[in-house]
Amino acid sequence: MSSNVRFTDFKSDAQPTWCPGCGDFGTMNGMMKALAETGATPDETFIIAGIGCSGKIGTYMRSYAIHGVHGRALPVGSGVKLANPGIEVMVAGGDGDGYSIGAGHFIHAVRRNIDMTYVVMDNRIYGLTKGQASPTSREDFETSTTPEGPQQPPVNPLALALAASGTFIAQSFSTDAQRHADIVKQAVEHDGFGFVNVFSPCVTFNDVDTYDYFRDHIVDLTDTDHDPTDYEDARSRILDPGKEYQGVLYRDEDSVPYSRSHGIDADMTEIPDGAPEDATDLVREFY
Amino acid sequence: MPADFNWAIGGEAGDGIDSTGKIFAQALSRAGRHVFTSKDFASRIRGGYTSYKIRTAVSQVQSVVDRLDVLIALTQRTIDENLNELHEGSVIIYDGDRTTMQDVEIPDGMIGLDVPLKGLAEEAGGAIMRNVVALGAACAVGEFPIENLDSALEKRFGDKGRSIVENNMTAARKGRDYVEAEFDADFGYDLECTDENYVLLNGDEAIGMGAIAGGCRFYAGYPITPATAVMEYLTGRIERYGGHVVQAEDELSAINMALGAARAGARAMTATSGPGIDLMTETFGLVATSETPLVICNVMRSGPSTGMPTKQEQGDLNAMLYGGHGEVPRFVLAPTTIAECFHKTVEAFNLAEKYQIPVYLTADLSLAVTEQTYAPEEFDMDAVEINRGKVVDEDTVGEWQDEDGRFRPHALTDDGVSPRAFPGTEGGLHMSTGLEHDELGRRTEDTEMRVQQVDKRSRKVETAREREPFEPREFGDPDAETLVVSWGSNEGAMVEAMRLLEDEDVGVRFLSVPYVFPRPDLTEAVEAAEEVIVVECNATGQFANILEHDTLTRVTRLNKYDGVRFKADELAERIATALGHEAAEEEVTP
Repeated sequence: MSSNVRFTDFKSDAQPTWCPGCGDFGTMNGMMKALAETGATPDETFIIAGIGCSGKIGTYMRSYAIHGVHGRALPVGSGVKLANPGIEVMVAGGDGDGYSIGAGHFIHAVRRNIDMTYVVMDNRIYGLTKGQASPTSREDFETSTTPEGPQQPPVNPLALALAASGTFIAQSFSTDAQRHADIVKQAVEHDGFGFVNVFSPCVTFNDVDTYDYFRDHIVDLTDTDHDPTDYEDARSRILDPGKEYQGVLYRDEDSVPYSRSHGIDADMTEIPDGAPEDATDLVREFY
Repeated sequence: MPADFNWAIGGEAGDGIDSTGKIFAQALSRAGRHVFTSKDFASRIRGGYTSYKIRTAVSQVQSVVDRLDVLIALTQRTIDENLNELHEGSVIIYDGDRTTMQDVEIPDGMIGLDVPLKGLAEEAGGAIMRNVVALGAACAVGEFPIENLDSALEKRFGDKGRSIVENNMTAARKGRDYVEAEFDADFGYDLECTDENYVLLNGDEAIGMGAIAGGCRFYAGYPITPATAVMEYLTGRIERYGGHVVQAEDELSAINMALGAARAGARAMTATSGPGIDLMTETFGLVATSETPLVICNVMRSGPSTGMPTKQEQGDLNAMLYGGHGEVPRFVLAPTTIAECFHKTVEAFNLAEKYQIPVYLTADLSLAVTEQTYAPEEFDMDAVEINRGKVVDEDTVGEWQDEDGRFRPHALTDDGVSPRAFPGTEGGLHMSTGLEHDELGRRTEDTEMRVQQVDKRSRKVETAREREPFEPREFGDPDAETLVVSWGSNEGAMVEAMRLLEDEDVGVRFLSVPYVFPRPDLTEAVEAAEEVIVVECNATGQFANILEHDTLTRVTRLNKYDGVRFKADELAERIATALGHEAAEEEVTP
């Protein structure tokens, strides 16, 4: 634990352009706190962001970062972590980025179980394009492109993660600062793919899934007898419709991260000035 | 008797055609003979016509020709498919006991050798070895010492146990003995052996070996014909050097993983073919504008869409040169031979890092699946040099920080190349983005900075033009009236075609271009020539278009887009015809 890193060290001097009151402020603060508390330093942290309001996070945080293509943040993060295992990798994105355009990558990143953290800023709306339905929008949520509502059930991201053999599945609420930071911290410390779906309300375009709604409906798992290491317990809660849980729903204590299952520990950034010493062996194979 | 010997085995997919062909090619190579192979296969696991052809000589061979001397036909269709390549005196080895071959028709003038392949294989220990019996029979026909097969069989079956190897050796000898006993004839071939030691490899393998030699440690890819063999080569080998191969969920993921690894500071690559290039184009702009060094290998196949997945084409030139929205700087390298696949891969990694730019490294199906022999010195590992470009460390990072101590990853420089800091470098942290950005990597829409960043990225290409010897490979008579230009894999067929043309007193200057962008200026060569012919495997003449654009001169297009590579004799004939040599056809066909 590095005691001299403060969470403000992870804050850049760029002024966020999120709407005043946006849930993303709280989400980001919790990420910064979690990183600082786990002893990460900005020079050894890599933030990968997708596209949308959430995608701006790399600019507002201070670390190595990339703001990539819509939906592809998880593959980028996977590449960073595998090539340079000493780097703390945190991927952030929105519900559109993770569960719509990037849904395929989400499932495969979960089952690959690379040791990194994925924070989804879920506001159940497309905000940056000014208010269209997202994959987590309610079935009857009227938007400019879905005047009658999407008329299809929302994606259950926690269930997707569970079905893909996720080893750390959690949910938090951006404005519950302490709890949110603590949950993200547990995700960072998890030995494998730490996934946190964060309720991060959009104050401009979503008048349904609001701060008030979440405050009224969230059930904190610490107030229950939930055992996150109990798969059956996790499964029944994750599949329980209409419940908005906060906390770690599932944690596989036997999680084996990709690097261990595949025996990768090398820092791939260091290479010799020429071909590897015994590279001629490669030529000999073709005799 | 011709100096070269042309052999093939054909049957249905699942008949073991590929491995049998490979064993014979290896045997020839180990006997100190040069080999050039060609495969014809369908996109299916079983059924469908498949063949493996070998051209072999004591001197180097770089192309297939329209001639077959010995054919092992496991099906009647094998004979039918090759009728135009078989000639008077060609030997066809077949098993008349095989139900499908009972009514076999051996064309007039050709020699059919009915060898009980299955029966002899069973005597040796199992019907599965019937193709090896056929190889033994072919050795007898070619007067090729059967001992040469032994080491190839050892290499192929060694890990299956001693008895399997020995049974196969026995099977081969049974085939040979049967032909010698039953067909007491001199077929006119004498496959001479030499003391040379050659290596035998295909283009995908050469690319994979070049990647490891060139410092690539991270590979992410999604299987696709004909690029999969690059991934298969690296798997199990790159790990020995501290690297890793990831099979991604799709090509979108593959290129983004490679991008991530490159941002982390590793030399990273992905390889794919046309349909994958379409998907990767999504991320291509980000690679370029974030100035990430990345090698994207495109092993071209016939398009568009799913096209003909197992057939040859050079149809993606425009996609690689112009693919993606916006204006995106890039390099496009097109190795022209299998050995060059190795060298250009090493170069691609150096160029990518020196100029912090995406590099398309493009081969095609012909290069990818063809095996060719080379002297091992062609792959000189001691000559490999690694240049990582402007990478800063903790001591030098300060030179590239602004007054507030912030690192400038997109610093405006005279040569357009900015410093690069790997994560973990203290003082080097920075943001990268697909948005237009300032020197710090932060989003900007400032009109002046926008222009400066666009110009900076373009300047890298200009710098490379000044610093790098982007030269064509030159062959033939530099003063010839006829100039032939091609790019990529046509070089071997063209070099051999030139010999055939010389026999007809047709002199040609040939420029084989491995650098498509930035590319050599061929204006002088084009202006000096009476006739310019551009040879390429596509329908519209994509390279001809850019050459016309560069030189403001009309050129003659010599295109092939039937899914089959150029053969030396075919190419000679078509060039002669293009030059108005009417009698050429008859004369140059052996």
